[in-house]
Amino acid sequence: MSVDKVAEEASSGFNIHPMDQFKVEPLFGDGAIQWYTPTNASLWMGLAVLAAFLLLVVGSRGRAMVPSRSQSVAELTYGFVRKMIEDITGKEGLKYFPHIMTAFLFILFANLLALLPYSFSVTSQIAVTGVLAAIVFISVTVLGFVINGPSFIKLFWVSSAPMALRPVLFLIELISYFVRPVSHSIRLGGNLMAGHAVVKVFAGFAGALGIGAVIPITAIVAVYGLELLVAFIQAYVFTILTVVYLKDALHPAH
Amino acid sequence: MAVQDAEQVVEASVGMPQLDFATFPNQIFWLVVSIVVLYFIVAKVALPRIGSVIEDRHNAVANDIEQAAEFKRKAEEAEAAYNAALTEARAQAMQIAGEAKAEIKADVDAAIAKADAEIAAKAAESAVRIDEIRASALKAIEEVAGVAANDIVAAIMPSAADDKALKAAVAARLKG
Repeated sequence: MSVDKVAEEASSGFNIHPMDQFKVEPLFGDGAIQWYTPTNASLWMGLAVLAAFLLLVVGSRGRAMVPSRSQSVAELTYGFVRKMIEDITGKEGLKYFPHIMTAFLFILFANLLALLPYSFSVTSQIAVTGVLAAIVFISVTVLGFVINGPSFIKLFWVSSAPMALRPVLFLIELISYFVRPVSHSIRLGGNLMAGHAVVKVFAGFAGALGIGAVIPITAIVAVYGLELLVAFIQAYVFTILTVVYLKDALHPAH
Repeated sequence: MAVQDAEQVVEASVGMPQLDFATFPNQIFWLVVSIVVLYFIVAKVALPRIGSVIEDRHNAVANDIEQAAEFKRKAEEAEAAYNAALTEARAQAMQIAGEAKAEIKADVDAAIAKADAEIAAKAAESAVRIDEIRASALKAIEEVAGVAANDIVAAIMPSAADDKALKAAVAARLKG
């Protein structure tokens, strides 16, 4: 951003850059971003991992019969994800409990940490959600074929429909199957991005309105509460969809 | 974002910084690193530990309940044993009391019998003495009567005095 532009905006007192918060920048210096460069994205990913580590490992280090507060939360998270898998896929799905748990924890803590001021929202990056969704899509598809062999195709062959409709449904099911990773990733990234952008826009208004800033600040508080909810819900939605896809791979028959 | 000048256009090309593909390899690399690290933390440390803690707790609770049931059973057994002992003790006490009563009764009976016998012996002795006294009294009366009759006969008609006849007559009269 040029110096005179910054000056111009400073004089108008109205500078809203709701999308700047999503810029990936190097942590040290100003150089180009190579694939290995430590950036704000890598910092906040690391912090998400650290937060998960603190909750699950440090929090449960007492291994107490009567759990401490942090151990209770760790056990609740454990039970929550485990029950989700067991309810949807049955006992067979528990083999993939660590994988699902990893996804849930990473997204949950990335979402929550992104709510801190000046933080970087890892899960609002389509590169991140896209890769997560792609990992889920590819592993589930491969798993489906490994477990069921060619009969995994039955997932798309609606045997309860009339014969004439089946090829059409096959096509529709196939398309919807391939759209899954797109919706899976955009849902998470879009939700996070929209919420954070809205907060930034209101914050910009607050800066420009003087005493009237009370209104946007109130709005920020409300949206922030909503975002807290969204952080949990989107982590939950991403995880439960992953589990549902896993169920399709384990039990493809309709 | 409004496009205002040429520079802004460049900025606008990253209007959504998410679509700046130059940063993708970087993000994907660090994402994979983070996910792999987190996976090992979760799979190797966190889940086994929390799982074992939860299982231990389940076992402990089940054990405690089992133990409580065991204790309850023992308490019930103890109560039954106590009741049995109490009943037995009561029966024994009754028996001992009965025995004691019987013993005392026998003692008392023996004492009464003894006393009765003594009383009877004393009474018999007394009766003998009374008889003796009576006999001696009777003899004295007979003697006195004899003497008196003798005297009376001697006074009225001295010629008819006959000791033997007088004695027989007095005896006959006394007996009569």
